[in-house]
This record gives sequence, C-alpha cells and structure tokens, in this order.
Amino acid sequence: MKRLSTVAPSVVVSLAILLFIGIAAVAPNLLAPGNPLAIHPMASFLPPSLGHPFGTDESGRDVYTRIIHGAGASVLIGITATAIGLGLAIVFGLLAGLGPRWLDFGTTRFLEVLFAFPGLLFALLFIVIYGPGVLTSTIAVGLATAPGYSRIIRSRVLVVKRAPYIEASLVLGRSRFFRVTRHLVPNVAGSLFVLATLGIGQSIVWASSLSYLGLGAVPPAAEWGAMLSAGRTYISSFWWLTFFPGLFIVLTAAATTLLGRGLQERVRS
Amino acid sequence: MTLPLGPTATTTTAESVRRRSWLPWAAARLGGVAFVLWAVATVTFFAIRLIPGDPAEAILGGPGSQASREALAQARKDYGLDLPLGIQYLHYLGRLATGDLGTSYSLRSPVTTVIGQNLGPTLLLAVSSLVIAVVLALLLALWSSRSGRVAAAAGSVLEIIASAVPHFWLAIALILLFSTALGWLPPVSVPGPAGLILPALTLAIPLAGFLGQVMRESLLDALASPFVLAARARGEGESGVFWRHALRHAAIPAIGLAGWAFGSLISGAVVVETIFARPGIGRSLLSAVQDRDVPLVLGVVLVVAVGYMLVTTLTDLADRFVDPRLRERS
Amino acid sequence: MTALLSVRNLSVTFGAVAAVHDVSFDIPAGACVAIVGESGSGKSVTARTILGLAGRDATVSGSINLDGPDLDGPDLDGPDLDGTEVTDASPRRLRALRGRDIGFVSQGALVALDPLRTVGREIADSLRIHTNLSPRQRQQRVIELLESVGMPEPTLRAGQRPDELSGGLRQRAVIASAIALNPRLLIADEPTTALDSTITAGILDLLAGLRERGTAILLISHDLAVVSRLASHVVVMRDGVVVESGSTQQVLREPQHPYTRDLIAAVPGGHAHVGSPAGDPVVSAVGVTKRFGSRVAVDDVSYVLPRGRTLGVVGESGSGKTTLARLTLALERPDAGAVELFGEPWTASPERDRTARRPRIGAIYQDALSSFDPRLTVRQILADALGPAATVGGRATEAELVTLVERVGLKATVLARHPRVLSGGQQQRLAIARAIAPRPDIIVCDEPVSNLDVSVQAQVLALLDGLQREFGLSYLFITHDLGVVRQVSDELLVMKDGVVVERGATEAVFAAPQHPYTRALLAAVPDLWA
Repeated sequence: MKRLSTVAPSVVVSLAILLFIGIAAVAPNLLAPGNPLAIHPMASFLPPSLGHPFGTDESGRDVYTRIIHGAGASVLIGITATAIGLGLAIVFGLLAGLGPRWLDFGTTRFLEVLFAFPGLLFALLFIVIYGPGVLTSTIAVGLATAPGYSRIIRSRVLVVKRAPYIEASLVLGRSRFFRVTRHLVPNVAGSLFVLATLGIGQSIVWASSLSYLGLGAVPPAAEWGAMLSAGRTYISSFWWLTFFPGLFIVLTAAATTLLGRGLQERVRS
Repeated sequence: MTLPLGPTATTTTAESVRRRSWLPWAAARLGGVAFVLWAVATVTFFAIRLIPGDPAEAILGGPGSQASREALAQARKDYGLDLPLGIQYLHYLGRLATGDLGTSYSLRSPVTTVIGQNLGPTLLLAVSSLVIAVVLALLLALWSSRSGRVAAAAGSVLEIIASAVPHFWLAIALILLFSTALGWLPPVSVPGPAGLILPALTLAIPLAGFLGQVMRESLLDALASPFVLAARARGEGESGVFWRHALRHAAIPAIGLAGWAFGSLISGAVVVETIFARPGIGRSLLSAVQDRDVPLVLGVVLVVAVGYMLVTTLTDLADRFVDPRLRERS
Repeated sequence: MTALLSVRNLSVTFGAVAAVHDVSFDIPAGACVAIVGESGSGKSVTARTILGLAGRDATVSGSINLDGPDLDGPDLDGPDLDGTEVTDASPRRLRALRGRDIGFVSQGALVALDPLRTVGREIADSLRIHTNLSPRQRQQRVIELLESVGMPEPTLRAGQRPDELSGGLRQRAVIASAIALNPRLLIADEPTTALDSTITAGILDLLAGLRERGTAILLISHDLAVVSRLASHVVVMRDGVVVESGSTQQVLREPQHPYTRDLIAAVPGGHAHVGSPAGDPVVSAVGVTKRFGSRVAVDDVSYVLPRGRTLGVVGESGSGKTTLARLTLALERPDAGAVELFGEPWTASPERDRTARRPRIGAIYQDALSSFDPRLTVRQILADALGPAATVGGRATEAELVTLVERVGLKATVLARHPRVLSGGQQQRLAIARAIAPRPDIIVCDEPVSNLDVSVQAQVLALLDGLQREFGLSYLFITHDLGVVRQVSDELLVMKDGVVVERGATEAVFAAPQHPYTRALLAAVPDLWA
C-alpha cells in the first residue's frame, strides 16, 4: 500500500490531471455545461477571452466546451487501441515465452518483421488498405503498438520463468499449472498495468496524430483529433483551434507517462 | 553473489577466453537481415491484394478511382495480375531485385525516382535531429550527475514530459514561439539552415527526452558502482570519473535504442515535413496515403525497412565496439 | 612515535542514522591494524571516510590525522601532505592524498575494476593522475607492478579486461592499482571475501609482504581467521561503536567484551560434529556425470546419504558441487549414471512420476530472498508449502502456520510481512520453515549460511542441527567453508573440477588428508586456533 509521504509530487499532479480528464470523459456537463455542437456563426474565430477561454472555431462553437465533451471519445479511442495492442501482445508474449522453442523462434522472427515497419508507418499502411476513419485508425494504432508490447512481455515472461522462486515451487512438488497460475502470471501481470498506463497516453497521441493528418476522426465530432484536423488549415491565423486540443492531448499523455514511470519505479524498488 | 540455482557460470580460468572468429556471427546476422527483407517484401506484395476490390484499381488509386479501361488493362499487364498467384509473386520479387518499385500513379513517375528525390532532405533532417537529441541528452545527463537530488528529479520529470509530447503539437508550439511571437525563424521550411532548425528541434526534443531517461539511469548506476569508487579513491576528479568511466556505461543502452530512434524519426518526419511544408519521403508518404497511391506507399515502406535493417546492423556493430564484453560471447 | 594515521572521536551520520559513533584508533607506521565487525558495524563507512569518500549526504565530525615519513616511490606531484587533517582538507588536497598517500582496495574485487577498460589502464590511472611519467614509462611501471603482485604473464594481463581474469588475478590487479605509488597506508576492505580459500592464502601472503616492506595496512574484515593471520592490532566494532581493541593475541585469546566472546565462539569449525547413528541409505548416486556443452561439471560421482546423517560436499567455485546438488534434486538430468531416492529410480523417472515424491526431498539456498515469490507474504508462502500435505482439506490452519514459524525461531508476527523486510538470518529461517513444512526426509542445503554474518550463521547451523535430531532429517550440505563443513557433517566429499578427490568421515579427513588437493585446502585456511 502506498504511504502518502513517499509518493512523488509528479505522480500526485498526474493523478489530479487524469482525474479531471476522467470526469470530463464521464460527466462532461459538470465541467462544461454548454452544448458542444451549438453553432453561432456570428461568433466564429474569436480568440481566447473571458467568455471563451479557448476561443471559438469556424462555426462559432466554444472550443473549451468541445474539448471537455470530446474527452470521452478520445479517451475511449486510446483505451481501445491499447486494449487491442496489449491483448495481442499478451498472446504473442505468452506463446513465445512459455511455448516450445520453435514457437518462440517463430514468434520472435514474426515480431522482427513487424518492427521493420516503424511507428506510424504500419498504421499508414493499414489505412491505405482499409481507408481512413476513426475505426481503422484506432485498429491501426493498436496493431502498430502490439509488437513493442509483445517484446516487453516476452522478455518479462522469460525472466520470470527462470526465477529461483519458480524452481523452488517445483522442488516443493507443485504442478506446472500451479507454478504458472500462482507464480508466473501474477508476476508478469504486474508489468502489464504499467504498460497499459503508459500505453493509453501513447495511443491517444498516435491516434490524434493520425486525425491531425486527416486520416482519423473527422469533424464535426467533438473528438480532440477531429478538432485538430479541422484546425489544420488555420495554424498561423487562428492558432487556438489546434493549440488547445493539442494541449489537452499533451497533458493526458504526459500525465499517463509520468504515472506509468512512477509505477515502474515503485515496482522496481 | 551468484545464485546457487542453475549451473555455476563458467569461471574464467587462468587462460584467457579464446577469441572466437566473428565470421559465423556475421553470417547469421546477414541471414537474419535477408529473411526480414524478404518477409517485408512478401507483406507488401499481399498488401495490394488485401485491398477490397480489383487489385488493378487499387494500383491506380483505389476502389472508385474511375480509371479508364485501357489504363486498367495496362496495369493488369504490367503487374501480371491475370497470372497465377505464385508466378505473380516471383515476378514481384524479381522486379524488386532489379530495383523496380512500380509507378506512382498520382505523380506519374517511377516510384524509385520519387523516393530518390525525396530521400536526401529527410535523411538530412533525421541526422540533424539525432545529433541535436544526443547533445541535449548528454548535457542533461552531465548536469544530472553534478546536481542535487531535487534538481535530478526535476530533470527526470522534464525528460519524461518531453518524450510524451506529440510532434504536431510541439511543432505548433515552436512555430508560435519562434515564428509568430519572436519572428526569429520562418514558419515554413526554406532551403538552408534556417529552415532546418525548427523541424529538427521538433523531432529532437521528444527523442532527447527518451534518450535522456535511458542514459540517466545507467549513468546513475555507473556513478554509484564500486569501480567508480575505486577510481575516486585513486584521486580521479569528478570530470575524470564522468568522461573516462561513467559515460561509456551510460552510452551502451542508448546505442541499443538507435534502431528504434531511426524508426521514430522517420515516423515523426511524416508529421514534421507536412507541417513545415518541407520536401521529404515523409510528406510524400502522407500524400500517397491520402491519394490511395498504393505503389508509392509500398515503395516507401520497403525503403524504410531496408534502412531500418541497415541501422540495426550498424548498431549491433557499434554495440560490440563500445562494450568489448560482447565480442567474445556469440 | 606518533602514529601514521590517528583517528579520534570520528562520527559519521547519514541524516538521522549514525553509522559511526565516536570511534578512535591509531595505525602505527608499517603495522597492520584490523577493524572487525559484522554487517552494519560501520567498518566500511569508517574506511571510506578516511579517504573523504563517505558520500555526499554524510555528516562527518571528529579528526583523522595522517602524518609520518614518506616511503620511497616515483617522483610525485602535488603538495606535501605531512600532518594532513582529512576532515578539514580541501577537495584538491584530498584528491592528491588518494592513491598517493593512501591506497584503497575496495570491497568486492570482482566489481572494483571498470569492466569496459583494460586492467593496465585502470592501474596506470594512478600514475597518470599523480606523476609526470610519459605513457611509455607508465606502461612499464604497470608491468613492474603486476610482477610485484605475482601476476603471471603481466604483459598479456595488462591488456586484458577484468572479465578475462579469474577472481584471484583480479584481486591482485586491484591491489596493484592501489599500491602503484607506494602509499604509506593501504586500506583493504574485505580483500578476500568471495575468493576461494587457496587463492585467499596467496592474497594474504601478498599483503603480508607489503607490510614487511613498510606499508601500513588497515584491514577491514568480518573473518577472524584472516585477521589473525595479518594484523597485529584489532579493533572490534558493532553498530558503529568500538566495543573492544587491543593486540590481536590479546583480543582473540582473552576477549573482554561479551560481543567479542560471542563472535569468536560463533566461528564454525571449532568443534566436530556429533551425529546420530547411520540408517538406511535415503539417497544414492552412482556414477553421475553431467556436461554443459564441452565442459564437464560433474564427472562420475557416486555417494550414499544415509538416513539421519549429514553428507558434506566441499569444494571451491567450479568444483561441480552446485551441479551435484541440482542432480540430487533431479532438477538436471545426468548424462550418465543415476540418482535413486529411497531405492527407487529418481533421475531416471519422468517428471510426472517424480511430482508425488518431491515433497520428501526439499532444498534451501544461499540467496534465500530470491527463492521467494516477491508478491507473496510469509503466510502465503508457508501456506503454499503446507498446502498439499496439510491436514484439514488441503488448506493450512493458522495454528499450523504459527507452529511452523515458531519452530524455526521466528515470531508469529512475521506471518503478515513480506520476506524482503526481514533480515538475512530471518529470511534463511523462513526458507528452512518452508523446506520442513511438507515433512521431508532429506534437505539439500546449497551454501545456506555463506551470505550470513558469523553470529547469525552459528544460530542457523544450530537450528538445522536441532531439526535434524528432532525429525531424523538427512542433509546434503554444500559449502566452500571448511570450518562449516567440519561443524555440520558426519561424512564429506571433497570435489575438484567435477571429481571427488577424497571422501570419508569428516574427522578422519581433517586429521589425515590423503589427496594433495585436500591438503592444500586445509593448509590454506588461516587457522584461528593454531
């Protein structure tokens, strides 16, 4: 159990930020009572002011309200993509780590090939085949992150598999099933939580990058990526259209990464 | 203490370990590279055929491209789409071997030409970013090792945040700061060094964050190790300890990341080149995706894969150079 | 005559923790003074503080005064340091002092050299920092130094990296780098720990030779036998405080302080093992051989372990004793020969046939902590061990758990805690509790006390002895420590390079060793009771 005195300030700040975003995702009206889709053509392209802290967009919609209401969709995309990536990674990692040697060899070679398509490139390849859109970009991000997670999980499985306490359990006369379920899986699962935390932030970034490039979510949805996409053309003139949604993406990514790294430190010590 | 579980590691006897020839390692490595390239080529081959609809249409811009019947017939002939799959595959591999990556329909020129024109600027961007990133990471590591605990923690947080920032937002922020507000640098890329700075910085900062974190850990480990204590006990000063001992240890994991860094830079180049309107294969790739120009996309992907394999092989060699312990083990 | 090094009222605190409190002692020129203590006694901190290397967060008070004549050596740079007060000295003075006037051999020679640099460069560093010698001259001096510490093939060795040298040679290289400038004082922190006993003898001879040539030595050690061999004066530390000091003869023969008395009494090997009469063989190995690649770890070894007795297996690193333990536990399959358990095939059976019999043969290891699942509490670990054999429906009751921990000398409060917060001795007791939980007949003990302080060692050995009597256990006891093996085993096997070179009743082997290797082993152990 964490003792409050030993929690790093960065972790506390991260949790606070994530709490805010969580509330925005689940109950946006608490934080932004307006209507994200309400159009006011006379009030378009207003710079940030007291009435509109983040300005208004080309249809006069309040950017702040749209950001808050868009949190849910963006977070959902991040979670879905991470779930896809981790889900696949668990399968690959366990197969490679626990299976017979040929399976490990095969899976590792397969992963090596996937690594030759770095980062966004795999996602772009996927999109060129199946077309742009929210669904394809989410799946694309999930698939693109899977090899990285697989490698981490596989090496974790290998390390735990060889741990002295697994062998001690064998000496006591425990079955393979017991050793795997009682010792191996819990010790591997611990690192999954860290990966998931890190991953959600990263997935939101990648998905929004794709949206920014016009390949993901499209307006008028109040999703962060879509807002970026719409504001693309106006960067120099009406910078707030892209800056503030981007800022929220950065905050979410930074918060999840700080939290994830903090958790990693904890587990290590 | 060595764990008693498991066979005790071979204790080196009075004789030194025989230096094994590096030839078998090199051969195995080359084989691995060839395999991956072949696999990537195969994936791209099937990629075309995964697109729903007529492959000929896909080559000419995707379903609904409304290509003329003559163009479709020509495409079928060029790519041998009426032949059995096995023969198509062999033809494809053959064409790749001769360097023919097909024709970009949106730019109406051979893919190899398009890539050739655009590869240079992207490489320039990538290398500049890498250099800036390494320098930044080193400076941060140096500063960390000399400062107190609070400053080191703050540095760590800064690095983590830097590594989490998306390229497009960082680009916008930098443009707003240096271009719109301060007016020092142009918001779009112009030929010459001035146009390179902002794009390179945009790519360098997140990479520096990542490299910094990795180097910091091993640096702190090295500084706390017994051999550094022994060095200090000999009268070595702090700078001697850093440059002669700790730095080399800190560099090892960073070199290991080079392959990933390459991928990340190319990936980031797609966004950065687009925002700064800078020519390069990143921007070409994006336009190709937007236009459903399949041959160009596949061509870029293949070239990047080759580059990636090259970088990882070079990294392995560099690893063995920096960490001599790896030379004897196979 | 004033002492070479004079320490008065030295205190070192790290935040709220006082690692060293009000410590005073002198080191006369050319003499060897030893600081003896167990882990946590503050002896290493004291050693580092003498060089001003206590660490950034250390608060140092008191006085450390270095004085006395220089010894002959190469022309040196830097200020003359007679009468230096270390606690007051500027960083520049301290740097001039280190390596030049005071040499330091840090703990763990195996890691005291930078693995990425050659041995020659590490040694040449002191010369580069403190003298004006050219690179060629430095290289020459390095070769001379390596020769003087008895390094075979010095020119070849100088160009090698630490991982290419064996433990003993590495230690010699470390010593060479420490004495490069012929310092007046050499601080040696645990210079022989983790080295085989035959190698230890050589290192001790080397250090004695240095002392005879006029170098004063401050020896830090937990090993009383090593201390008796080298030091003329002894300072006993415990929890940061000096409890006793005096000449070696006096302190070791007539200890005044109860702690010193306990420490000396705890050293194993002072008396022979008293065992129960032998029963039927419970484990027997016939012609067991195991290879790893081209290396033969165990070569045609046979033994019999009778019920209720302890068979000791003693040897140095690489002798094959750990592999033999693993073969006995059927964790490895022999390439030739077989091990039988209670007269039935053991290593020859497939694993699924062995599972049911496994609870009858248990194991404890050198590193107890890593053998526990880090996510489990003591209660869970023991409940798992009791699980299959327990009474009420396969699940352990609280009463059984309490009985178990108390039987090994732990309090019931430990059940709720995690193994990592326990001390080394407690962790090993927990390992023993887990091993005896399924009521085994045999326990394979692989260096179970090697990581423990001497006083804790004695307690754990006493516990094992008591359990053996109570439950009629048989032990296969692996160790490198001859004192320990003498104290615990009825019979013993001496192993070298995978082969049993001598076997027999322990006392008989100790009284009249037959094989030259056994003789060398026995001769190499500095005897406390000589």
